[in-house]
Amino acid sequence: MSGTVRINYREALRQGLREALLRDDRVFLMGEDVGRYGGSYAVSKGLLEEFGEDRIRDTPLSESAFVGAGIGAALNGMRPIVEVMTVNFSLLALDQIMNNAATLRHMSGGQVNVPIVIRMTTGAGRQLAAQHSHSLEGWYAHIPGLRIVTPATHEDARGMLFTALQDPDPVLIFEHASLLNVEGEIAADPQPVDIDYAAVRRQGTDLSLITYGGSLIKSLQAAAKLAEDGLSCEVIDLRSLRPLDDATFIASIAKTHRALIVDEAWKSGGLSAEISARIMEQAFYELDAPVCRVCGAEVPVPYAKHLEDAAIPQVDGIVAAARNLVK
Amino acid sequence: MPSLGADMEDGSFIEWHAEPGQSVARGQAICVVETQKGAVEVEIWEAGVLAKLIASPGQKIPVGQVMALVATAGEDWKAIAAAVPPPPAVTGSGAPPPPSGRVKVSPAARRRAEELGVDLAAVQPSGAHGAISIADVELAAAAKKPPDRQAGMRDAIAAAMSRSKREIPHYYLASEINVERAMAWLEKHNAAVPIGERVLFAALQLKAVACALRETPELNGFYQGGAFRPGTGMHLGVAVSLRGGGLVAPALHDVDKQSLADLMTGLKDLLRRARSGQVRSSEMADPTITVTNLGDLGVDTVFGVIYPPQVALVGIGRSTVKPWVTDGAIVPARIVQATLSADHRVSDGMRGARFLVELDRLFQQPESLA
Repeated sequence: MSGTVRINYREALRQGLREALLRDDRVFLMGEDVGRYGGSYAVSKGLLEEFGEDRIRDTPLSESAFVGAGIGAALNGMRPIVEVMTVNFSLLALDQIMNNAATLRHMSGGQVNVPIVIRMTTGAGRQLAAQHSHSLEGWYAHIPGLRIVTPATHEDARGMLFTALQDPDPVLIFEHASLLNVEGEIAADPQPVDIDYAAVRRQGTDLSLITYGGSLIKSLQAAAKLAEDGLSCEVIDLRSLRPLDDATFIASIAKTHRALIVDEAWKSGGLSAEISARIMEQAFYELDAPVCRVCGAEVPVPYAKHLEDAAIPQVDGIVAAARNLVK
Repeated sequence: MPSLGADMEDGSFIEWHAEPGQSVARGQAICVVETQKGAVEVEIWEAGVLAKLIASPGQKIPVGQVMALVATAGEDWKAIAAAVPPPPAVTGSGAPPPPSGRVKVSPAARRRAEELGVDLAAVQPSGAHGAISIADVELAAAAKKPPDRQAGMRDAIAAAMSRSKREIPHYYLASEINVERAMAWLEKHNAAVPIGERVLFAALQLKAVACALRETPELNGFYQGGAFRPGTGMHLGVAVSLRGGGLVAPALHDVDKQSLADLMTGLKDLLRRARSGQVRSSEMADPTITVTNLGDLGVDTVFGVIYPPQVALVGIGRSTVKPWVTDGAIVPARIVQATLSADHRVSDGMRGARFLVELDRLFQQPESLA
């Protein structure tokens, strides 16, 4: 019991990595610029010096090759953590992720598992334009055989990695770029965290805000603003996008009778559509208003600051949608 | 709005039984008003032509407020109606007009409406996209829920009885009355008529009480404004307990002047209407004395609380067979305990005793009560 420390999300991720490397010598980190450069988002800074080249490995600029290498290592008993710089680049490794990592256990009749953890940055908000800013985690959440988690808090940023490494099957961790510099109070002693359940981040009675990742902070800010008007919002952090913890958000809707999904990704064919469909299937008679979504505009994420801001959910937009839903 | 009983401050208007232009006779029931004692048919106390109906259903109207205008003889009802400005048109609360076609109802609101038995067609939507929400349904259900008549009646009884015990210095007298002769006479009478025309002992009691009051008029009337005002007739309030709890004591009018057969018919009608909450305004306001009979429930003696502003209450207990000394011999006879609660401001024990003696005398001459 040594109280709390104030750290940013990047530092929480680094502590998670360090802890995993310390606790299990089968664990190693591999990816573009993770070693000498300290990671393109500086998450792995200092780890090369501490753990050496065998465990902190810089790779060539070939996502398909190094993700494939990670899968091979996992098949052979290692516990690889593969960092892909952004989700946009992960598409080059999609064949490895989908056709190998997600399917080998099935194809082998359960003879082999692929205990790989793939971390990648997702989302907009840092003016990195249309090839570095998208939120494609919903695509991965489409694929059976993968587990998809989205740490939105400092505890989850620090703790989800180690829990993911205990899973015998592939886990993809999506770290939102806009959170990296966000500071927060966190228990100095790391506590284990689960990767199975959604979390109610704020209790409320009038409306359920269902969100994850980079949109959680905005949703909580919107809820605080709405509370000033007497509107009581419950905020659900999904945490795991596959499998989805339906029970938590359905229970919330049974209480509030209204659902607003906040997702930085596009609406069409997206995760928000899936959640919406599950609400219809499981909680239709609880609904006192249509399910509403605040999502990213269906455009490539723009570079210009004001356009980028306009293209993704913002607090004011969430507040306006919520007010519209609770008349 | 007439005062339909002590402590009535207002009534909720329910419906009209007459329309403008219609001739009405004094005493005709022209509308229904909901009071704490139930729905009451209000009788008009002026003959004429109804010119204008001012009260509308659902309105809460204080006692004394105008409910309708009546044109009396020689007046043109149309002129009177025209002279009064029409009530302001009901303006909406800014709500949009009801949409045509299918009414939008949220799934949860639809289910809630089913649970609460709310007709969705009557619900005003205010939810997202102009749909009926749970809140709208619950609001409609709350509006639909009738006022708690039970609680209202309890309040009314509490107010009247508290006032009685606070203000009226009661004195109590009791007499055992041999009703053997009266009941035997009644049994003989009933054996000779069809079942539908049989007379209950309760009706005979009422008749006896009313006739006995002729000897002691100071027990029949009201104490108001520091003075006694005699009743204009023997209007006996008959205490009727209601099935859901509570009681009312509406009047049977001029009981002393009615034949026993008419009285029985009137009593049956009054009981039926009292139990279904349909008493008339005059019946609520007119009783000049109350009679309560708890004999059916096995009670021997009733010590009643006077219903203000009345000044007396007569209680009759059950009839039981007891040894009774007549002409030096002990014979079995049916006996009742008759009690009188009376207002000492108006009468004294001597006069009260006179009443009970007269009541006894009448029970011994049942033929005179026919």
